[in-house]
Amino acid sequence: MVDLLALAARVAEEAEVYQETGLGTPVSFESNRLKSLQTKESTGVALRIVRNGRIGFSSTTDLRNPQLLVDRAVAVSKFGAEAKFSFPRSSVTREVQVYDPLIEGMSVETLIALGQAMIDKVRQYNPDILCDAGISKSIGRVRIMNTSGGDISYEKTYMAGSIHGNLVRGTDMLDIYDSKVTCEMVPTYDELVEQLVKKFEYAERIADVPTKPMPVIFTPKGVAATLILPLQSAFNGKSVLQGASPLGDKLDQKLFDERFSIFDDATIDLAPGSAVCDDEGVPTRRMPLVDKGVVRNFYYDLQTAGLAGTKSTGNGYRSLWTMPAPSTSSIIFEAGDTPYKAMISDIKEGIIVEQVMGAWAGNVLSGDFSANIHLGFKIENGKIMGRVKDTMVADNVFEIFKNNLVALGQESVWVGGALKVPAMYFHSLSISSKQ
Amino acid sequence: MRDMITSALSGKQADYIEVHIEEREANRLSFRARELEEVSNTSDLGGNVRALVKGGWGFSSFNDITKLGEMINLAVEHARSAQGEKSELAQVAPVVDVVPLNAKKDPRQVSLSDKKQLMEEYNEALWGAGPSIQTTRSSYHDSFSKTYFANSRGSYIEQEKLDITASFLALARDGDNVQQGHISTGNSNDFGAVESLHQEVEKAAKRAVSLLSAKPVKGGEYTVILDQRLAGVFAHEAFGHLSEADHVYENPRLKELLVLGRTFGRPFLSIFDGAAIPVSGLRGSYKYDSEGTPGQKTYLIENGVLVGRLHSLETAATMNECATGNARAISYRYAPIVRMTNTAIEPGNTSFQDMISDIKEGVYARGSFGGETGIEMFTFSAEEAYMIRNGQLAELLRSVLLSGNVFETLQNIEAVGDDIVWQNGGGCGKGGQSPLPVSMGSPHIRIARCVVGGR
Repeated sequence: MVDLLALAARVAEEAEVYQETGLGTPVSFESNRLKSLQTKESTGVALRIVRNGRIGFSSTTDLRNPQLLVDRAVAVSKFGAEAKFSFPRSSVTREVQVYDPLIEGMSVETLIALGQAMIDKVRQYNPDILCDAGISKSIGRVRIMNTSGGDISYEKTYMAGSIHGNLVRGTDMLDIYDSKVTCEMVPTYDELVEQLVKKFEYAERIADVPTKPMPVIFTPKGVAATLILPLQSAFNGKSVLQGASPLGDKLDQKLFDERFSIFDDATIDLAPGSAVCDDEGVPTRRMPLVDKGVVRNFYYDLQTAGLAGTKSTGNGYRSLWTMPAPSTSSIIFEAGDTPYKAMISDIKEGIIVEQVMGAWAGNVLSGDFSANIHLGFKIENGKIMGRVKDTMVADNVFEIFKNNLVALGQESVWVGGALKVPAMYFHSLSISSKQ
Repeated sequence: MRDMITSALSGKQADYIEVHIEEREANRLSFRARELEEVSNTSDLGGNVRALVKGGWGFSSFNDITKLGEMINLAVEHARSAQGEKSELAQVAPVVDVVPLNAKKDPRQVSLSDKKQLMEEYNEALWGAGPSIQTTRSSYHDSFSKTYFANSRGSYIEQEKLDITASFLALARDGDNVQQGHISTGNSNDFGAVESLHQEVEKAAKRAVSLLSAKPVKGGEYTVILDQRLAGVFAHEAFGHLSEADHVYENPRLKELLVLGRTFGRPFLSIFDGAAIPVSGLRGSYKYDSEGTPGQKTYLIENGVLVGRLHSLETAATMNECATGNARAISYRYAPIVRMTNTAIEPGNTSFQDMISDIKEGVYARGSFGGETGIEMFTFSAEEAYMIRNGQLAELLRSVLLSGNVFETLQNIEAVGDDIVWQNGGGCGKGGQSPLPVSMGSPHIRIARCVVGGR
């Protein structure tokens, strides 16, 4: 690492070395039984240089020849983009806890027992359900060094649990799944499984749906799957810089219902999206994207910020194989004040959206969304009547966030590990269904 | 390498063990707006071991290949901890083979400077579509890999592979209205396939501009015609994923539903998949899959009837069917799972004119942003669409998402065209492994009562 930086510094004005190592232990169950145990070791290093004012980038998992890595970065730098930044000096402003020693100490047997317990619990409800489940623990180490004197390293633990139940009745297939990722040791996934079983109960009957505009409740999972991608795209500094974001020229304007306050926050302890710094060594922060309906900030990495004449917001993220680019850490929505049950009982005829398919495949930047409701429920006279099938929901995120919101859920809930959102109840969205 | 792997394998106790070692070098180059945004050259070296003991799999992956012996022991130990009753793995004759890359034009012989100039030309072609073009993105990627595979049955296979992709996106804007046009393509043995895309690229940008004045579709059921690109995605999502035997082999009820011989479509519908389709440059083509099974061509539906499915060694043995060479892993970091390769609807004999002429009100959906499947229900998205009124193409519609149900939609395919086109721009995701190079082919097809999402 140190050698590589020194080698690079000989031929470049500036250099940065990013190293990541990981050790993961996934345990997986298929069709109700233990199927595989795995150990995944990985290590890799990425070199970014600025030479004659231009960026060069190369990375490898083959650590035997550091000079080769330098030579490759130099070779591509001749064609590279003009650098609009300097690498940051280390300045960790606060601690962010993302490491739990209890995870490292967990045995494979414990992981197996957790997975088995999830499956047993689902099958207690209905032994005809076939379950796949996964439990994994992993530890990652990151070190970022640069020629400005920056040198930050941290360790991060993860624990992930997922469960997927499949029930086939006649030609009807029902798939319900959920997962949870944290940096903290999880002693039980009982709550996750209880929620899954509740959804199976609601899905026992199939309800008819007409094609017409209707009130729609998105559960936190439904929000995550349907409405977040257009927001992430529109607040991305790159989209803003290119003039591609419909929000780009509307900073400090009130575009959304004032009940919407949305943050990007990498400083929450034990959240998988958290760390003391981003992947360029820039300190992270809690930053409002939307404050009471007003657009407040976009998110940037170093280069995009340089091009846009602003500062990095600590949102430069990357894989080993690509240069850093703006990305969100954890997206946090402030909760509203309406209980989920009150939303349901308020609706005469409407739909609940929980799992969707295809929402990502469209003209996302415009805010338009369209999705098949893979798991959703029909509400009639304030009661859940059964599951909907062959039904689609479509609208525009920016428009419904402006003037279609009836209520926000009173609790903001983690979905996966990078998003914390309340349920959202909209007055009227387009619903299309098979007749 | 062969000596290193075989000596590490000798004396290890398991029902089955396999070793993969992989070297890869990749180049990436992309323009955003007018600027070259990213250029990189990366290399990857790593391996994995997979072991089977009484039906339980152990797996280890690593970058330090000098630890191979230790990683074999770890995989075997994991397999023992996961063991159940018995191992079932199809018998395939052991193979010793070296498969060099046989490229028509090898991108490694093309200078970075030439690649950059080519992409710059394409990027300019995007901007050429007019003043409403707001920004563009043009990306090129090539990746050359060499894999070393050995198993405890005595197979040893070295394979070289190439994957080239190029994708282009133009974004047009009029106030708050933002529309995009895109195209992506690729090839597995010829840089020449990405050398003369100027016209196609410019067309994609013009689509973005014309979509600015398109209206959203009114949602509901329509008779739809899919162009070749979208119909290829349809085949992949509607029946390709359902044919992957790992969804079926341990699911008794699904097995009953998907019994060979069941009718799924009308007599003119045939769908196939295979790594050995004799069309040059398809991105899902290879000689051996990740378990050393030779690639082949497998009919999934023939004349409307379910006749086959896609297998790994394990799913084939469990279902008492033959291995089809469809076990694939995107890299040494993952265990192989059942995947598609090149999937297509076989051409029929209906012309486009005959397909459209008797449709009173319908939708002609073109191009694709991709699709997704939940096995029974699935979606596929069109980049643009036209209303069909009284047998004629009418007004342009924005991007639409279509939804199908496997037990109805395949039966509702009313006509299959005579104009098959293969597309090489696809990447498939499954089980956390994405993007896997695949190709999709189809002629125009017409489907009755298809649900179209709209406003």
